Amino acid sequence: MSAQTSTQGGGSTLLSRDEARALADRVLSFSTADETRVNVSSEWSGNTRFAAASITTSGGVTDTSVTVTVTIGKRQASASTNVLDDGSLKRTIDLAARLARLSPEDPELLPELGPQTYATVNAYIQRTADLDPEIRNGAVSRAIEAATAAGKSAGEMFSAGFLVANARAVAVATSNGLFAYHRTTDADFSVTARTPDGTGSGWASAGSRNWGTMDPAAIGRIAAQKAVASRNPQTIEPGLYTAVLEPLAVTDLVPLLGGALSARTADEGRSPFSKPGGGTRIGEKVVDERVTMYSDPADPALLGQPFDAEGLPLSRMVWIEKGVLKNLAYSRFWAQRQGVRPTGPALAGGLTLGGGTTSTEELIVGCARGILVTHFFYIRSLDARTVLQTGLTRDGTFLIEQGKITRALKNFRWNESPLLMLNRLEDIGRPEPTTAGRMMPALRVRDFNFSSLSDAV
Amino acid sequence: MSPTRRDFIKTTAATAASVAACGPLALQASPQTLAAPTADPAAIEVASEALNAARKAGASYADARIGRYRRQVINTRERQVAGVTDTESYGLGVRTLIDGCWGFAATSAMTRDGAQKAAREAAIMSQAARIVRKRRVELAPVKPVTGTWTTPVQRDPLEVPIEEKIALLLAANEAALKVAGIRFVNSGLALLREVKTLLTTEGTNVTQTMYRVGPAFAATAVGSSGDFQVYEHELAPRGQGWEYIESLNMPGNAGRWATLAVEKLSARSVEPGQYDLILDPTNLWLTIHESIGHSTELDRAIGEEANYAGTSFVAPPEKMIGQLRFGPAFMNIQADRTQDGSLSRVGWDDEGVPADQWLVIDKGLFKDYQTTREQVARIQKLTGVTKSHGCSFAESWKAVQFQRMPNISLLPGDRDISLDDIISATDRAIVIKNRGSWSIDHQRFNFQFSGQAFYEVRGGKIVGMLRDVAYQSNTPVFWSSMDMIGGKSSYWMGGSFNDGKGEPSQSSSVSHGCVPARFRNVTILNTARSV
Repeated sequence: MSAQTSTQGGGSTLLSRDEARALADRVLSFSTADETRVNVSSEWSGNTRFAAASITTSGGVTDTSVTVTVTIGKRQASASTNVLDDGSLKRTIDLAARLARLSPEDPELLPELGPQTYATVNAYIQRTADLDPEIRNGAVSRAIEAATAAGKSAGEMFSAGFLVANARAVAVATSNGLFAYHRTTDADFSVTARTPDGTGSGWASAGSRNWGTMDPAAIGRIAAQKAVASRNPQTIEPGLYTAVLEPLAVTDLVPLLGGALSARTADEGRSPFSKPGGGTRIGEKVVDERVTMYSDPADPALLGQPFDAEGLPLSRMVWIEKGVLKNLAYSRFWAQRQGVRPTGPALAGGLTLGGGTTSTEELIVGCARGILVTHFFYIRSLDARTVLQTGLTRDGTFLIEQGKITRALKNFRWNESPLLMLNRLEDIGRPEPTTAGRMMPALRVRDFNFSSLSDAV
Repeated sequence: MSPTRRDFIKTTAATAASVAACGPLALQASPQTLAAPTADPAAIEVASEALNAARKAGASYADARIGRYRRQVINTRERQVAGVTDTESYGLGVRTLIDGCWGFAATSAMTRDGAQKAAREAAIMSQAARIVRKRRVELAPVKPVTGTWTTPVQRDPLEVPIEEKIALLLAANEAALKVAGIRFVNSGLALLREVKTLLTTEGTNVTQTMYRVGPAFAATAVGSSGDFQVYEHELAPRGQGWEYIESLNMPGNAGRWATLAVEKLSARSVEPGQYDLILDPTNLWLTIHESIGHSTELDRAIGEEANYAGTSFVAPPEKMIGQLRFGPAFMNIQADRTQDGSLSRVGWDDEGVPADQWLVIDKGLFKDYQTTREQVARIQKLTGVTKSHGCSFAESWKAVQFQRMPNISLLPGDRDISLDDIISATDRAIVIKNRGSWSIDHQRFNFQFSGQAFYEVRGGKIVGMLRDVAYQSNTPVFWSSMDMIGGKSSYWMGGSFNDGKGEPSQSSSVSHGCVPARFRNVTILNTARSV
């Protein structure tokens, strides 16, 4: 395709720092409320979806929206719009003010923040923002070719997948002089390959802020290899087995601990980190001593947003260090009440689960008998107090015997808690990038509760 | 009959006839419903500009969809408002078909220039898609239509003063907090008004206004030992106006609901094993949604969702249509976008296809899938159906339309029996009410669902409350074990305000009507664990 017909990448459509500030200032100038906060979000997204060797949908979106939060006395409310002429912005402010006046007083309301200092995080990668339809579809083509070649022994491989690139600029401004601006990009590409006999299915995925680090052909090839290897799955009795969870499976499960990291929920007695009789379990050993879990927007491996929606700076937060609960997430209100520093929401600055140095392969080699899990599906909470979840294995579940993958297995439903699981750790791998803002290792876990069989391929 | 209804019937006589024919399931529309507003001329101009630009860029077909969405979400806890947000989103989505390939682009720049640019971008995507094209898209015919339609509502939920909404929620919370043992209460409202104009190069020009309301209530009781139990009442979201929220009488009922949370504290933890199961419609609707609604989506059956939501055990179509026995002969599953008060009710879908009603499962046998225009050719030789069932939907102007679930409902049995009648006829079972945790595999076989209130049945009577209950089964086995269902008086419509599917993931709203039903010999798990 010629250069003239190619659409522009996302970067050119995003608001710059100056444009975002001008828009925020314009909104602030229209507001007569006691305090006003403006959140600006300017986004571009381009995607390609395919199945059975045809692109099924593709899309491009550009949008800019503004959320206005006004405070009148002890009352606060928000309104948002993506219609940015003066009249519409004024109407949105008026609506927020009207909603605020009609809302009851909020005893937990705190003043908007003034100017803050933020970590510099370069999370915007031009190459990701430049992912136009031609580049995307070329990558899709390479992934399909790789899947077809890798799956040849099983016949004509069916593959389906999705490639998306996002570029986003966000800004926060308050009537107390705060201004924060951050640009970010991310791309995700996943492929599912299925064998023509319908008995094998494999999946592979990669995600990053930087498209340049992703290898479409490798994603297609791994998906097809897993599909071929997972044909004709055998049945073994459901029950407690040692599980080797690949990093993508761990990415599905461990971040679910984020909800349990709320200090308020813990103080209120509703969390696994509540101390019987009151207070929290900060300082106690809550998981295996090899586990360390932290968020850090400035970490080059995470590249998170250095502030939250209120403009509060986010910094490195070590949630668990060597198995000991070190911190919980404090909102500004709860922090003030408990006399501690606010942290912003848990996991807003990304998440790394660290502690190990080994590879997934080494975890398999070290396993006498167990089940290798590619990834999970349809995870739902069963019990907030124990973070107990249910879900299914999918797209590549294998039996490990004497350190080797010996058979494909039927999928399982499981009932397991990421928290309890981290207390039954046999080994922990080295953290790997799995998707933007996540560094997750493979894990080998004792007595993982595979509770029933699933016929799904 | 309001002008709205007349207009609707005039423009889509066939659909109106099917609404009337849906008999016991079609509630009577109120004569005082609001009229459908006509299209904004500026929107028509922008959409027309987009279609012109798409034609110039070589599109054999294009549609331009303009949406103005207003969403309001109110959340409260105990005696305070936890958050009020009001969101407006306005923009244009253009879809182009060139050489059998789709392209789509969306913009919030609502000018002639913005429309042209979006149309050209969509066309570039269509052209770029040719390098990965094994199959060309072909659209089933649809008669071009001009008209307007609106959800029948008496009171626009977005125009009700916020004060009234908050007062209602806080009154419900107060009533719950009066119950001894209740420590936390959460209640909320999600309200949506969607004004959507669709123009196609085939000549369709329709403007619709849809309303959806989603109320929520949960109470948490804390026991003396620090144990806690949550009870969430099943307040079905509906495609209705504010009058529906008022009809729920949340302040009047909240005390009774909260009492159930307290009762759960002293309920007996279930003994796992095999039990007969009696599912109230407040629980069964979600099991229908997950195991039948999703398994009968044609895009899943042909692999187009394989990378995300999954495929389906109801595949391949040539081995399933008219052959797959789903359940007993009294099992009839209706798909429709016509039931009054339902979440997926529309005048036309996002391809201008009139709202339809058809049987997915007929006397226990699988009969037909959910379809859009491009899917018809895949199965028309098997079903004899040459038109789309009108299942095309996009969550916003930003998102491309694709196949989404219509209302999927279990029709009442011939005998008008109630939940109590089923309990009386059962020796040993567990009754489950309301939705709890839910999870199902990617081909819709293995599922595990919970609930909010569980009761033990012995000798035809409820003998006590249970807790920590989940039921786990396999879709075909489960539906084949159904041996008794309620009659038309026990029909109730639940629904999901946010049902996710597609990449990028889109949310849709869908209702499921059903009657209570009994299932034999189902696996019951105990979900309690300790830290």
